[in-house]
Amino acid sequence: MSISSSSASRLVVTAAATAVLGAALTACGSGAAANSEPTGDPQPGGTLRYGLSQAPTCADPAQAGTNQTIYVARQVVDSLTDQDPETGEIVPWLAESWESNGDGTQFTFRLKEGVTFSDGTPLTAESVKKNFDAIVNTLGGVKAPQAVGYLSGYTGTTVVDDRTAQVTFSAPNAPFLQATASHQLGLLSEADTAKSAEERCAGELSGTGPFVYEDYQQDKSATLVKRAGYSWGSEAFGHDGEAYLDRIEFTVVPESGVRTGSLASGQLDAISDALPQDAPQIEGAGGRILTTPNPGIPFGFQPNVSRGVLADPAVRSAVIPAINRQELVDTVLGPDFRPATSTLASATPAYVELADVTYDPQKAEKILDDAGWVPGPDGIRVKDGQRLSFPVLFSSVFAGNQAILELVQQQLRAVGIDLQLDLVSTPETTARQNAGDYEASYYNSTRADGDILRTAFGLQGRNINQRGPIPALDDVLNRQLSTTDPAARAELIAQAQQLVLDNGLWIPTVELSQAIGAGPNVADLKFEASARLQFFDTWLSE
Amino acid sequence: MVRYLGFRVLQAVGVLWAAFTVSFAVLYLLPSDPVSIAAGADAGTPVDAAAIEQLQARYGLDQPVAVQYWNALSHAVRGDFGISISTGQQVTDAIAAALPSTLVLAGTALVLALVFGTAVAFLATYTRAGWIRSLLFSLPPLGVAVPTFWVGLILLQFFSFRLKLFPAFGDQGIEHVILPAITLALPTGAVIAQVLATSLQTTWRQPFIEAARAKGASRLRIQTRHALRLSSIPAFTIAGVIVGNLLAGSVVVETVFSRAGIGRLTQMSVMAQDIPVVQGIVVFSATVFVLVNLAVDLLYPLVDPRITHGGSRGGTAAAAEEDPAHGDTLLEVEARV
Repeated sequence: MSISSSSASRLVVTAAATAVLGAALTACGSGAAANSEPTGDPQPGGTLRYGLSQAPTCADPAQAGTNQTIYVARQVVDSLTDQDPETGEIVPWLAESWESNGDGTQFTFRLKEGVTFSDGTPLTAESVKKNFDAIVNTLGGVKAPQAVGYLSGYTGTTVVDDRTAQVTFSAPNAPFLQATASHQLGLLSEADTAKSAEERCAGELSGTGPFVYEDYQQDKSATLVKRAGYSWGSEAFGHDGEAYLDRIEFTVVPESGVRTGSLASGQLDAISDALPQDAPQIEGAGGRILTTPNPGIPFGFQPNVSRGVLADPAVRSAVIPAINRQELVDTVLGPDFRPATSTLASATPAYVELADVTYDPQKAEKILDDAGWVPGPDGIRVKDGQRLSFPVLFSSVFAGNQAILELVQQQLRAVGIDLQLDLVSTPETTARQNAGDYEASYYNSTRADGDILRTAFGLQGRNINQRGPIPALDDVLNRQLSTTDPAARAELIAQAQQLVLDNGLWIPTVELSQAIGAGPNVADLKFEASARLQFFDTWLSE
Repeated sequence: MVRYLGFRVLQAVGVLWAAFTVSFAVLYLLPSDPVSIAAGADAGTPVDAAAIEQLQARYGLDQPVAVQYWNALSHAVRGDFGISISTGQQVTDAIAAALPSTLVLAGTALVLALVFGTAVAFLATYTRAGWIRSLLFSLPPLGVAVPTFWVGLILLQFFSFRLKLFPAFGDQGIEHVILPAITLALPTGAVIAQVLATSLQTTWRQPFIEAARAKGASRLRIQTRHALRLSSIPAFTIAGVIVGNLLAGSVVVETVFSRAGIGRLTQMSVMAQDIPVVQGIVVFSATVFVLVNLAVDLLYPLVDPRITHGGSRGGTAAAAEEDPAHGDTLLEVEARV
């Protein structure tokens, strides 16, 4: 049993599968163009068979961290609010209305009437209190780091009356409103909130969601059935009443070639993580690949400003225009992906396009010339005997990372910068980030709110930049926490995007996209605002 | 016999302890730690360092390594491997849930491997047509050399995706076990065929075969009544290796065929650096290995009455020494291990 080679062999498996399947397809000679979804009126009923790329780690939405876990757990709970995937606007779901005080320390939610959990108990303000209390006290940062992060400074929930819950924080937490739309803060029955973290993972949970767990087998499969009588859907949903699907059967199919083959041969209806090279086979069988860009921080380099050549602000500014992002997308990723145009991804609310994130090699060279970096004998610039060279720490958590960085390496070399690729395992990335052992770290981060800028670039927290105070930036990052007016907050987040770039704290490359393979009979399989799947409107044609 | 048994039990305990300790050391020396992995997940949300420390304290990962080792060992002795760091399940529950799937797979594969391995060895040594003989003798090396995942994908491509005869994933019914069992049986059957064929060849050169032939016994009778029984001893010796092969092969086969068995649990927990689960699986696998070898040693005298367990020496060595005719075959087998 070889331990170290398991990830390598998986890559080989994928490559071999692709080769085998690609050859088979060519033999069939089917070259169908992109297929359209089934049209007509949605038909209720049927079972959707879904292939997950990894086993879900836990049945509890509050503890769900991986996308594959979220795809399952999201369906069984509703949240207080929802986020419109198109506009990023917060819309009613379990709460019909809400208000907050001026500095974002108190939020009052008015719940819809007649909502019940699948165990028959009614949704009340007490349920809200029990859920948030359980996240902070029972689960804690240990089991639910994201949820606890959203509830940072939580002092308690006051039950004003049966349908009014008032959530209070000790310090401003304006992003909390967006967080109430997340699956992590989805509401479970009071009986579930009394359980331990491990018991919640086992799958016997009652939410108010459009689907209910029928069966949950750790590492293996999960089956959801429609919640009869569901009538409290989010305003972002496409229809009222119950979900269309009778059942969703999730199976774990780890090999991408096997997922694609199963989809193309009709053994699955939809699959996770369809690779660009799988598209011809899926489309050849009448299916299609659904994509959506992830909100949050796009892929990019986060420089350690305390070490090496990246300690020079001029070098950080010069790398930004030296990267040809359109070429990265065209050469490596294909049409489903977008070049980054800011320090936030374009699908994030309050995103602004930044003019400086453009390809301009002359500008890069001029910045370096002016800073005293002159071309050395091998074309790489030098200054005071120091070569303009830095390593980047990255993992293959996204399959395209290596190819992207190899191309960036060539692009930077053209302006006299030497980039060294330091590929490590995903766990090692986290460990080395925490240890501060890197000159630049390459990754991305998903969240549909600009507060991710504070998480990634704030002085508190992990401070991967290893930076000292930058008063202008620290000020806007903190002020957006206490600004509840959406327009005013968007303005602060816009400033923060520019300041992160101006200080060379992020060198963006491309935006991540999700790619879901769907068979010819699947209609309206949708992404919610955080680029995760929502099956409520999905239906199957005959 | 009692002394021999006592010695073997002590030896087994030593093997289990070594397996536990080596796997602990390897997992401990890997960069990163299971908590960062569990907390980082793939959702891309950065996690607070304080939460990571809290989580490490919860699993005792903040203790000195010697303390962690002692805690893990003393609990393991009582059959308690703790809870999985990535899922929160009891390790013993996780293994128990995965076991039936692997038993069905490995059991079916073992039957297929025995039938086809024996058939190939039998025919290769029985036939007098030179080309068939060399063709059959070339099959076992081929079976060992072909990568298991490649075979699995080819079988899936034709029998599942194209002909739609078998499902591509899952582990409920008999139709789910056929393709993965064939895939897993291939390398195992090849090893059986290799060892048995070599042994049969050696046996055919022995004087007693000449004697049988001189008495007028037919080729078929000599092969079935005389040669096969004696030649099966080396194949019997490698039962432990075969079980090891089946367990190791299940890592790849269960991933390709999406079966939630011990192999995939191994792969997932190694990727997540989930130390308790990996330790549980290592000790489980080592136990199976040790028990199979012990059973083989105790059963030797039934197959070959010349072998006894009078002394304090191990069964394999005793068999080799007391059966000089098969010395080199056994050495070959041991080299393979």
